[in-house]
Amino acid sequence: MPFPLLTSIIFLPLLGGVLILFTPKDKTGLMKSIATAATGLALVLAVILVVKFSCGDTEMQFVERLPWIPQMNINYHLGVDGISIGLVFLTALLGFFACVGSYGIKERQKEYYFLYLLLNTGMLGTFLALDLFLFYVFWEIVLVPMYFLIGIWGGPRKEYAAIKFFIYTLAGSVFMLLSILALYFTSDPHTFSMLELAKSGNTLAKSFQIILFVGFYLGFAIKVPVFPFHTWLPDAHVEAPTPISVLLAGVLLKMGGYGFFRISFPILKDAAIYFALPFAILGAINIVYGAFVAMAQTDFKKMVAYSSVSHMGFVMLGLASMTVTGFNGALMQMFNHGVITGGMFLLVGVLYDRAHTRDLNKFGGLGSKMPVYSGILIVFTLASLGLPGLSGFISEFMSLMGGFAAFKLITIISVLGIIITAGYFLYMVQRVLLGPLNPVWFNIGDINKREIFTLVPLMIVIIAIGVYPLIILNYQSPAIANLIRHIGGALF
Amino acid sequence: MNVVLSLKYFLPELILTGFALAVLILGLFVKRRAVLGVFCLLGILSAISFMPQSYRATAPLFSNMLINDSFSEFFKEITLLVMGLVILISMGYKAFSDEDAGEYYFLLMAVAVTMMIAVSSNNLMMIYIALEAVSLISYILVAFLKRDNLSSEAGLKYFLFGALATGVMLYGISFIYGLFGTTDLAAISRTLTAGNANIFAATIALILILAGLSFKCALVPFHMWVPDAYQGAPTPITAFISAGPKAIGFAILIRIFLKNFFPLFPNWSELVSVIAIITMTAGNILAINQENIKRMLGYSSIAQAGYILIGFVVGTALGIQGVMFYLLAYVLMNLGAFGCVVLVSNIIKNDYIEEYSGLSKREPALAFLLTMFLLSLAGIPPLAGFFGKFLVFAAAIQSKYYILAIAGVANSVLALYYYVKVVKFMYLDEPRTSAEGRDRPRVMIAEPKKHGFISVEAGAVKLALIIALAGILIIGLFPAPFLSWISLSLL
Repeated sequence: MPFPLLTSIIFLPLLGGVLILFTPKDKTGLMKSIATAATGLALVLAVILVVKFSCGDTEMQFVERLPWIPQMNINYHLGVDGISIGLVFLTALLGFFACVGSYGIKERQKEYYFLYLLLNTGMLGTFLALDLFLFYVFWEIVLVPMYFLIGIWGGPRKEYAAIKFFIYTLAGSVFMLLSILALYFTSDPHTFSMLELAKSGNTLAKSFQIILFVGFYLGFAIKVPVFPFHTWLPDAHVEAPTPISVLLAGVLLKMGGYGFFRISFPILKDAAIYFALPFAILGAINIVYGAFVAMAQTDFKKMVAYSSVSHMGFVMLGLASMTVTGFNGALMQMFNHGVITGGMFLLVGVLYDRAHTRDLNKFGGLGSKMPVYSGILIVFTLASLGLPGLSGFISEFMSLMGGFAAFKLITIISVLGIIITAGYFLYMVQRVLLGPLNPVWFNIGDINKREIFTLVPLMIVIIAIGVYPLIILNYQSPAIANLIRHIGGALF
Repeated sequence: MNVVLSLKYFLPELILTGFALAVLILGLFVKRRAVLGVFCLLGILSAISFMPQSYRATAPLFSNMLINDSFSEFFKEITLLVMGLVILISMGYKAFSDEDAGEYYFLLMAVAVTMMIAVSSNNLMMIYIALEAVSLISYILVAFLKRDNLSSEAGLKYFLFGALATGVMLYGISFIYGLFGTTDLAAISRTLTAGNANIFAATIALILILAGLSFKCALVPFHMWVPDAYQGAPTPITAFISAGPKAIGFAILIRIFLKNFFPLFPNWSELVSVIAIITMTAGNILAINQENIKRMLGYSSIAQAGYILIGFVVGTALGIQGVMFYLLAYVLMNLGAFGCVVLVSNIIKNDYIEEYSGLSKREPALAFLLTMFLLSLAGIPPLAGFFGKFLVFAAAIQSKYYILAIAGVANSVLALYYYVKVVKFMYLDEPRTSAEGRDRPRVMIAEPKKHGFISVEAGAVKLALIIALAGILIIGLFPAPFLSWISLSLL
């Protein structure tokens, strides 16, 4: 039996978490080391996975399959392909750097690191599961640590934000569960395997597919989040501690988008084609509405949170296009947004740790006091607003290009979002970094080495993809082309 | 089968009866509940070891009054599991005085015997008698804190509602006797299958029987006794009545309605599905605003019965498996939750949810255990409660009961709120200083005498909690062997 690489990636963090439970309470340094080692090892394994992955192959790779509940044909079935590999790498990457970014947490560290590592296991499992039951279990496991992480270590309205997040996402996912069950009972022989169902799902009547699609949609759209299900997001992001915001924006939102790629579109393709127009419209609303709301924010973190709503709109638009370009753009946008927004939240955290406020109007002229911080912040800002040469531009451009082929007017409206995005990001830079120095911040210190350590690798990824996007496209294009062929979309 | 031949199938019940009588006598001399509890546990264990595992074959006993089949064995095992855990939890409950321990354990052992007879009864009269016996003992146990007004009130309410419900049930049975000329379930089943019965009258009679069983399972509209009885009863007994009689009620429901009266299925299924939806919705909505955790868990157990009822209404093999699996998970997680309540009430001297503030700092292990049980009740994977829900919803989807499934999942979301509310108090809120705390002790706490075995008593509850936690984890993560066991135990 080959080395179970995927299982190791998923369960290494949990193993670390269990070790932490047995660590004496006062040895916080040891806990940090264990957590860092566990997420670091998971990252190393993820890098090995990326290196060993065969790009041209559209089949599932590193497959592990063991019977789990044979009475219901439920299997422990893992695998990775071009669609999931980027997200697995993203999760491992952010999981490690957000862990390093967690060193600032001073309270109840034992519980924190245990829950943090459990969260990592849930997220990695979600992207690697190929059995719908297993997928659902991992999907739900994510909710519990997230509830505590927001609720215990969060900001002033943490309790409200935490329970809202929990109930909102559970409400979506239970309907997904019903759709999963309906798929199971309509398949013959009954199966929860995503791969089997992708082959047999198109035999279902279109009307039935539409109902199932809506069930999945509720689960995924709430996670993405798609307008009008986005209201949990600003609350959760703003109240969550910095590293958790990073994972929320960087990874959790992608679970929804990934669900569309892995489950909704391949299995229920007639319904997916049927819903293309609503997807495009919702995508455009996300882009433009999210950008306008972000512009109105005075809280730095809330602004970044709404910018996520806006950026995830490109994923919806790319998906709606039913073209290879659009799909590639959408999938890449998830990766890029994860890296860029993860970095943005880390930067917000850096500022908040020093200033203890996030009110944009209270800053000013910090550029002179925090030159290194300013430089990094400007890179991330420019990446976020889609400057060519940085990663965000590539994926947004591809989503729009795909979208334009299918929905001209909607895409034209969506492009406006980019202008507004540039507007609010530059306005933020102006208020924080430029202008006369607010004397309150006379003694503010610049970014420290640990924080630079967490941000620089993300910056390298952003620039590398921005200059040479093939490093990611090589991985995902064959799988995307295969998916489009399966659905019957346009192959360009 | 005649009386003498039947006895070998009846050994577990006989052993329990022997131990019950022995503990009553032993209680006169030994005034230590730890000792008596351990003695009773020995009884439970020996009864388990004499469960007729090997004779999976169906055997009618005592002139067809009882039947020994794999289905009744499953529920006998559940009964013994419940009683074992309840005995362990009782050992650590401080509000009891050791004086009454013998009597108390006698009643627990006796109710175990009656429950085992109830699940194996194959005759409506036998079912009625066994259920009445379970009820009578339960009334006494609920009112066991003689000096506590709430406990006496709870006992009286439980008794009044119970008397009404079983009266209605007996009325239904009299109709059945009038229609079929017998109360033997097998004979009735033969007549029904042959098609020579007055379907309409039989349905009416069946619905009257449903009333009596609804009381046992705490289904709407026979749920009104639940919050008061749960709150007033000694907590281990609350745990018991939330798990034991409910499991028995469902076993008998399945035996009567799905096995022997199955030809009438179309006549009652719609009614019962409406009851299921109302039961879970009412339970959940009423639970949200409860301040007392025992009342909250009471309403939650009503809602849980609603989910279980989904599997019953569907009535397919998968549905019945769902009911049985759910009950197995339910007894573990509910007894676990009440066990935690016992330990917390030993510390904070009352049951108000607000008083659970900051429990994770004072008692991290206890807070963790209660969180796990509540999350399991809420149906979060990979705990056992999730797989139970999964099975009943799967059964509903398989048989195209989409509205039931949607009502079930919507209710699961609703329920999350109040389960997590307790977790919020324990983990998210700071501990209150004692000045802030409400000063309303529920009963006079009889502080246990200082002797060396104190830790045994607290340890017993912890043992019960560890068993329950291990149960919900193992059953949730590896349900396959349990599913096999259950599918062997189907009717």
